[in-house]
Amino acid sequence: MTSTTEENDKEKLRSVSVDLNHDSSLLIDIPDALCERDKVKFTVHTKTTLSSFQKPDFSVSRQHEDFIWLHDTLVETEDYAGLIIPPAPPKPDFESPREKMHKLGEGEATMTKEEYTKMKQELEAEYLAVFKKTVQVHEVFLQRLSSHPVFSKDRNFQIFLEYDQDLSVRRKNAKEMFGGFFKNMVKTADEVIISGIKEVDEFFEQEKTFLLDYYSKIKDATAKAEKMTRSHKNVADDYIHVSATLNSMCAEDNTPLKKHLEKFSDLLEKLRKVEGRVASDQELKLTELLRYYLRDIQAAKDLLYRRARALADYENSNKALDKARLKGKDIAQAEEHQQQCLKKFDKLSESCKKELTSFKGRRVVAFRKNLIEMAELEIKHAKNSVSLLQGCIDMLNSN
Amino acid sequence: MATSSERTPPPFPESEDMDLDTEMRDEESNENECVVASEDVIGAEANNAPDDIFSELPTDNVINPLTDSIIKLDMDAIDKQGEQPVDIEPKEEPIKAPDSILWTPQSTVSKPEDNVRTPLIVQSESVMHMLSADLINEFSSDSPGKILDECELETDSSTTYDLSRETENPIGEPVSDSQNIPVVDVLLEQGSANSDCPGKILNECELETDNGPTNDLSQETETKPTGEPVSDSQDIPVVDVLLEQGSAESDCPGKILDECELETDNGPTNDLFQETETKPTVEPVFDGQDIPVVDVLREQGSAESDCPGKILDECELETDNGPTNDLFQETETNPTSEPVRDGQDIPVVEVLLEQGSAVGENSAVCVKEPLSDIREEPPCDNFSELLSEPASKQQRDLFGDPSDDLFSELLNGKDELQSSDSTDICREAKNTLITGPLSDDLDNPPSDVLSEDCVMKVTSPNSDSSSDSRTRDEEQDIFAEATVELSLDSPAIERKRAEPSRLLPSASSTSSMSEQRQKILEEQVEEEDKFELNVSVTNPEKVGDGINAYLAYRVSTQTTLPMFKSKTFVVRRRFSDFLGLYEKLSEKLSQNGYIVPPPPEKSILGMTKLKVGKEDPSSAEFVEKRRAALERFLQRVLCHPSLLQDPDVREFLEKEELPRAVNTQAFSGAGFLKIINRATDAVTKMTIKMNESDIWFEEKLQEVEGEDQQLRKLHVLVDSLANHRKDLSAHTAMFAKSIGMLGSSEDNTALSRALCQLAEVEDKIEQLHQEQAGNDFFIFAELLADYIRLLGAVRGCFDQRIKMWQRWQDAQNTLQKKREAEAKLLWANKPEKLQLAKDEITEWEARVTQYERDFERISVTVRKEVIWFEKEKAKDFKKQMLKYLQVLLHSQEQLTKYWESFLPEAKAIA
Repeated sequence: MTSTTEENDKEKLRSVSVDLNHDSSLLIDIPDALCERDKVKFTVHTKTTLSSFQKPDFSVSRQHEDFIWLHDTLVETEDYAGLIIPPAPPKPDFESPREKMHKLGEGEATMTKEEYTKMKQELEAEYLAVFKKTVQVHEVFLQRLSSHPVFSKDRNFQIFLEYDQDLSVRRKNAKEMFGGFFKNMVKTADEVIISGIKEVDEFFEQEKTFLLDYYSKIKDATAKAEKMTRSHKNVADDYIHVSATLNSMCAEDNTPLKKHLEKFSDLLEKLRKVEGRVASDQELKLTELLRYYLRDIQAAKDLLYRRARALADYENSNKALDKARLKGKDIAQAEEHQQQCLKKFDKLSESCKKELTSFKGRRVVAFRKNLIEMAELEIKHAKNSVSLLQGCIDMLNSN
Repeated sequence: MATSSERTPPPFPESEDMDLDTEMRDEESNENECVVASEDVIGAEANNAPDDIFSELPTDNVINPLTDSIIKLDMDAIDKQGEQPVDIEPKEEPIKAPDSILWTPQSTVSKPEDNVRTPLIVQSESVMHMLSADLINEFSSDSPGKILDECELETDSSTTYDLSRETENPIGEPVSDSQNIPVVDVLLEQGSANSDCPGKILNECELETDNGPTNDLSQETETKPTGEPVSDSQDIPVVDVLLEQGSAESDCPGKILDECELETDNGPTNDLFQETETKPTVEPVFDGQDIPVVDVLREQGSAESDCPGKILDECELETDNGPTNDLFQETETNPTSEPVRDGQDIPVVEVLLEQGSAVGENSAVCVKEPLSDIREEPPCDNFSELLSEPASKQQRDLFGDPSDDLFSELLNGKDELQSSDSTDICREAKNTLITGPLSDDLDNPPSDVLSEDCVMKVTSPNSDSSSDSRTRDEEQDIFAEATVELSLDSPAIERKRAEPSRLLPSASSTSSMSEQRQKILEEQVEEEDKFELNVSVTNPEKVGDGINAYLAYRVSTQTTLPMFKSKTFVVRRRFSDFLGLYEKLSEKLSQNGYIVPPPPEKSILGMTKLKVGKEDPSSAEFVEKRRAALERFLQRVLCHPSLLQDPDVREFLEKEELPRAVNTQAFSGAGFLKIINRATDAVTKMTIKMNESDIWFEEKLQEVEGEDQQLRKLHVLVDSLANHRKDLSAHTAMFAKSIGMLGSSEDNTALSRALCQLAEVEDKIEQLHQEQAGNDFFIFAELLADYIRLLGAVRGCFDQRIKMWQRWQDAQNTLQKKREAEAKLLWANKPEKLQLAKDEITEWEARVTQYERDFERISVTVRKEVIWFEKEKAKDFKKQMLKYLQVLLHSQEQLTKYWESFLPEAKAIA
């Protein structure tokens, strides 16, 4: 299956705004994407005035794995420890629409042709929506990097944007996968250990509790929102079946009821579309927002962890210095290490503070934008339904 | 067989006799009526004993003795009056184009379609039978309940009738026969006058009637049960007598009536041939009055064929069997009511019809039974419904009730005699109008075959011609009456429009308006759907504890129907009472092809849960679901015109304490029996291969089955829609909670506030979804579930029809065997056994005809019921669809409101 995103749709679809500093020196978008089997090839288009790039305008083809690679290199770069690393885009998930399509194929016999066509259309639309969403999150990832004063100058990022060959990022092998998993385990354990360290700065103490709390809440809300939109989708799908059955009913009916049933069926068909839109708009504006900030907060939490780690290191170096002084040997070395740790920690704290503040502002703006858009869409759809219903009622009454 | 003196009390020497008769019956009321009815059935079978002419002779012969003589009569009559119709006919043609439409189809029917005519002849025989026995049978089997209802109503109504009669008589006397219209006028006017101040007059009348002619009446009431089984031959004279009396009365009522009584008392014992002798003597007396009867015949035929016409449109000519039979019956029974009572009776009948419709107008809701429907009914139903319904509408209406009297008498006593007489009329009609051969007299009914359009036009040319004729002296009285007859149809409708004063004097205007009125009528049919009977099932309450606990519902009724004792009443009923009601109704009516709405199914699980006494939402939902289903069940029962008349229904609504319904337990012996019965039914259904004579039934059944499947599918889908919406509601609730939590931990105040607002909005939306899920279920899914059950009932009545057919076929086979046996005996020359065999054959012949009639009747009923059902269904669906859309609309409007209130909050985030 091959699909292409459309330019005009994209503006609308860009649900998660990330731009705070409107720097036009580096503009990135993904105008196009190609889906081959389970691989998606994104066309990454860059427009720049920066001299570090060879050309002002260029496009490259990238895969999801390349994005992951980019993210990983950013995470691993020591210098960025004090920054919130934009969360990596999630892996494209076409499984659920595919599965549904498969199920639909199996159930074809139980449906009328019309019903089947409608269901297929619906699934295709769903598939397309997933596809667009995937493109969007990848784009957002790049845009956040490009809009960041530090990340935009990152070498790897520039290579990612400019290198016109296949990056041929090696897939993670089993060992690395396991390593990653192990690292995660260590990190979690470490988090527990270092959580015992007394926070020196009240700001970070607050931030930490807030983020932890917020994370669990938003995780919950995301799951619930997903469920909600999914059941809304089910309702919309039911309309299709009901409408189709009504339709086949009035094909056999010759009474005056026929007309009414036809109208009713038509109406349900239209309502189905509206309901479908409501569901997908909710998904896009609400669920996707929550999902993105779930990841972003995770990134912020990671930042806090790194700072806490640095703090722990500093504490340790302090202890080591005390020990050295007590023993009276390697004092200079220990002192130097302690100084280094302190410097690192201070630097981290400073940038961390900045990052978290900007994150807060960004989050509020994004929520505002999305909530407004969602409310507007909901109103639009509801009004649409009202007019449809009113029209149908009038028609029925006039007969 | 009754003795002559008992048999023939004059129908109305003083006219109270009938009323009293009905009064008498009222007093005897319920039990007696049923007994009489059953006796009638027996009588009808006995009717086919050797002395019955019809059963002994092959079909064609059956008619001949009768018809030959009658034809002679007719010719006599024609000699005397002959030119009149001839005059009329050419006149009509230039005047009214519709008239040609009326006549041409008729001739086409009579000429090219011998195949039509022949079955008709055969039918005429069966019609005879029907009229003799079947009318009674039908009456008894179909509507004992109705009669009962009527009877009760009649108690006060009969007196009102008397009033009109009495007041009419003095005026009627001085007026000569040529001046019938005025009589009618007076009658009507008085009628309307009476209706203005019924109270006082009623009292007076009661006194009079009580004192007066009770003696006569008692005679008649006595003779009635015995009189019915008596075969045609003996009844005809009665008609004559009646006719004579009637005519005599119109000249100088008092004295001659007495004489007539004496004379006619001897009459009944005469057989058919004697009767034909007496006929000629009767004939000249009547001359003017029979032809109008013809008009009536035609007109009524057409009037009544309004709706049969619809049916006829649908079915092909060969399928006319059922309807035409009915039409025959109708046409014949209707006119008979006139000759029986002569000059004065016509107005009476007319008044009846008129009042029937007038009543229909006043009580705008004919129990959802529009006038056209009333006409659609086969004769007995027609009358009984016409009567019972209007009557039931208005307790104090003077006119709704006289009709009861008249017709109950008609139905009760004189069906047979009327039938034979009416065939006379039929023939006369033919002779005068078409002057065709014998077989042609069956062409009259074919006019019913004409489509509605023609039928509608029938009324106007008739009236036109009549109004024309009024200018001419010669035919004055004939057509005076013709106009009167006209008013049977159209003014009746005009009455509906509450313009009684214009009714009769303006015969010409009525004719010009008749078409309009038809339209108006149709419109009114639409409008008349409002209920005057509102029933609600509320307040489910748990009674008792443990395993014997049950739910009692409050059944409250609000009605203006006079058949109930008061306007509002409340009873408490439990679920099994509802089931019991259904069982009673279905036992009585299902086998006659009526669609009895099924009650909700028993739910052992739901009930057990309830009995255990856990107060959880699912059991509350169960109770509400059942309550709503019971309410709908009851409402469906009540909107069915035939079911409404059932005494059990009334008892259910009114009676304080009902005997505990038995055999409704799912696990009782009766329950198992039911299951077994159902199984055997299914088996027989599969084994019976009916070669369907009527394609309509085949098609309908297929339609019903297809629809059933579709509905089932749709029901599943709508159910899942409701469930998904319930899920959505639950998920929305959870999300609202989560987002509220998120809002509370958000550190940006504006955003926190907005998120909390969002949570509130989502909470409200959750409510909306929940309500909508309820609406999905109660408005949409339950409608479908109801109709799935109802379609089951529809199929059941198709099955009943097939069963009837099978019974008829079996009887035919048996008869065949008996005949063969007889032939063998004859050959073997065993006279002693021969008589026995012959008896058996006659018995089986009677059965065959009986069963055939049953089958035809059930066919008519099923057809009528299915058409009615479909109409109701369309209405119901439309209503529910609208309701559903309304609630959807409402919820979307709410949704808009909620989001609009949220929008500023979102914008306020800074």
